[in-house]
Amino acid sequence: MNISGEEFIKGCSAIGAGLAVIAGIGPGVGQGIAAGHAAAAVGRNPGAKSDVTSTMLLGQAVAETTGLYGLLIAMLLLFVKPLV
Amino acid sequence: MGNYTLLLSGNVDFMIKGIFSYNCFGHEVWITTTHVCTLIVMLLLVVFAAIAGKAVKKANEDEAPGMFLNIVELLMDFLDGVINSTMGKNASKFVNYILTLFFFIFISNISGLFGLRPPTADYGVTFPLGVITFSLITFNKFKHQKVSGVIKGLCDPWVFWLPINLIGDFAVPVSLSLRLFANVLSGTVMMALYYGLLPVFVKIGIPAVLHVYFDLFSGAIQTYVFCMLTMTYVSDAIGEG
Repeated sequence: MNISGEEFIKGCSAIGAGLAVIAGIGPGVGQGIAAGHAAAAVGRNPGAKSDVTSTMLLGQAVAETTGLYGLLIAMLLLFVKPLV
Repeated sequence: MGNYTLLLSGNVDFMIKGIFSYNCFGHEVWITTTHVCTLIVMLLLVVFAAIAGKAVKKANEDEAPGMFLNIVELLMDFLDGVINSTMGKNASKFVNYILTLFFFIFISNISGLFGLRPPTADYGVTFPLGVITFSLITFNKFKHQKVSGVIKGLCDPWVFWLPINLIGDFAVPVSLSLRLFANVLSGTVMMALYYGLLPVFVKIGIPAVLHVYFDLFSGAIQTYVFCMLTMTYVSDAIGEG
């Protein structure tokens, strides 16, 4: 079986894209912890529900950024193909 | 071009497409789908603003407001409340910018519902928004903390922290714009994959749920986050004084 250099690089890019989206684990765990604590906070103080929810959403969106960087790297590898 | 089986098996398409190009002082400049969709969004906003302005001007104090006026008042009341509670006494100076930002980003994000390619799924749209916020932050820093305060803030714990603080300052527009861009782009890609790859019978009904999540929910959250962070950074730059 003959594999040209370009095809080899494309295959490796696909593997790299798959590895890059592993970055999604971190934000997933982090957002889960934030949501859990927010739920606990609402349980303790139901009056502050709207404040807790907006703070949680803001914090989660900021925490999500690292995962999105991984996604962006995967997109670049798959569709822009900087290495080919 | 696309040698991947993924791209060949269906008509997956979420790229920005050039519509026509023209020569501008020796450079080839493209008019893309982003320009067209931005124009449509702006047109929508202008029409909405004109109708809302007319309705507000015509409003009579003695009688109950109509349906449209009621909705406009509800919206403005909510947004005013959010801005006032975040920025305090500085709110009046920034309320126009924040509201413009809010409406533009929100309508852009949900324009996927109407079959457009969201303009915010183009880094060329979100990065300027980040840069505008960055210039607002820097301008207000220099205006309210004076040059000595800015230098003191940069060398915060010690002089050697200067490069790290500088990187931290310049990362603000990049992370702000990348967050919005990547979120909207991921929604666009997901929808394109769903529409392009699956057989026809699953395309009935299910995409509505996905649209609600990826376009409406995600778009609203990201709009809120962008405006909220802009407000927080700007009121941080203004400080107490």
